[in-house]
Amino acid sequence: MASTSFKDRNLIAVIGDEDSITGVLLAGVGHINEQQKKNFLVVDAKTQVSTIESAFQEFTERKDIAILLINQHIAEKIRPTVDKYQQAFPALLEIPAKDHPYDPSKDSVLKRVQKLFGD
Amino acid sequence: MSGAGARENVFATRMALTNTKLRLKGAQTGHSLLAKKRDALTTRFRAILRKVDEAKRKMGRVMQLASFSLAEVTYATGDIAYLVQEQAKQATFRVKAKQENVSGVVLPAFEVDRVAGSDFNLTGLGRGGQQVLKAKEVYAKAIETLVELASLQTAFTILDEVIRATNRRVNAIEHIVIPRLENTIKYIMSELDEMDREEFFRLKKVQGKKKRDTAARDAEAALLSEDKQASSDDLTTEQTVDLLSSKDEDVIF
Repeated sequence: MASTSFKDRNLIAVIGDEDSITGVLLAGVGHINEQQKKNFLVVDAKTQVSTIESAFQEFTERKDIAILLINQHIAEKIRPTVDKYQQAFPALLEIPAKDHPYDPSKDSVLKRVQKLFGD
Repeated sequence: MSGAGARENVFATRMALTNTKLRLKGAQTGHSLLAKKRDALTTRFRAILRKVDEAKRKMGRVMQLASFSLAEVTYATGDIAYLVQEQAKQATFRVKAKQENVSGVVLPAFEVDRVAGSDFNLTGLGRGGQQVLKAKEVYAKAIETLVELASLQTAFTILDEVIRATNRRVNAIEHIVIPRLENTIKYIMSELDEMDREEFFRLKKVQGKKKRDTAARDAEAALLSEDKQASSDDLTTEQTVDLLSSKDEDVIF
C-alpha cells in the first residue's frame, strides 16, 4: 500500500509565517501546479484558524506531497488536528520559526518518542 | 482438566489429534519467527528513535542559523518576501523516495533531488545579491536536514505501526492460539483415553459374558453327555442279556 503511494510524492509543502516561507521558497521549494494551487501557506496574525486547518487537510490529502513542514507555533494553533495525524505520508515535520524557538516537549512526534523512551 | 479454557470444536479422533499436534507445532514455529522479527524491528526502532531525537535537536540550531541569514538578507535588500512568493512556480528543490527493507518492512527514505534552476536570479539585483545567495544556500542546507529528519520520522511512524501489529500477533499466538491448541490436544487425549477405558471395559464385559456362555454351554453339554451316557448305559444293560444264563427249552421235533 505504502510502497505504491510514495513513489510519485516529491514535493515539500510548507505552512508557516512569512519569514519561514520566504526562506524555504528561496531554497527552491515553491511549486504552483496546473490548478494554480500553491504548496505553501503564509500565516500571519490575521489568518483564521479554519484557514490553517483546511490548508493542513489539503496538504495532507494531496498525492504529490512527501513532506509537510509546519511552524511549531502554527501547529500549536491546530494542535488537536496535528496530534491526531498519524499517517506516514506525507511526513509531518514541526519546524521552529524565527521568533518562536523550538520546544521539543510540544512536538507531537517527540512526545511519542519520549513516551516510548520512558517505558 | 480438559474442560478448562477454550478449545476447538473437533471430534476426538486420532486424526484430529495428529492435525492439532501439527498445527501446534506450526504455531510454535510461527511464534518464534515473529518474535525474532519483532526483536529485529525493535532494535532498528531504538536506533531510529535515538537518531530522531538527535536530529530534532539539531534542526533547532540549523533553523536558527537559517533565520539569521534571512535576517541579513532583509537588512541588506529590504523585504523580499512578496517577490519570492510571487516568483515561485516550479519546485527546483524536490525529494525522491527510495525504499529500504528491514525484515520484510518497506521503509521509505527521502533523498534531496535538486535541479539547478534560475529562480530568484533577479532578487537582490540592486543590492544584497550576495546575501540572497548565501541565504539560499543556508536554507537549502537546512531543508536537507529537514528532509533527512522527515525520512527518519516516516520510518519511525511506519516501524511503530508494524511493531504494534507484530506484537499483537505474537501475543495472540502466545496467549490465545497456543493455549487453545494445547487444550484441544488435552481434550482429545482425555477423550481418547476415556474411550480406551470404555472399550477395555466393554471387551472385559464381552469376554466375561462369553466365558459365562461357554461355561453354561459346557455345563449343558456335559450334562447332556452325562445323560446320554446314562441312557446308553441303560441300553447296554438291557441289551446285554446273558445268553447262557437262561437255558432254552429243548426243542423236540
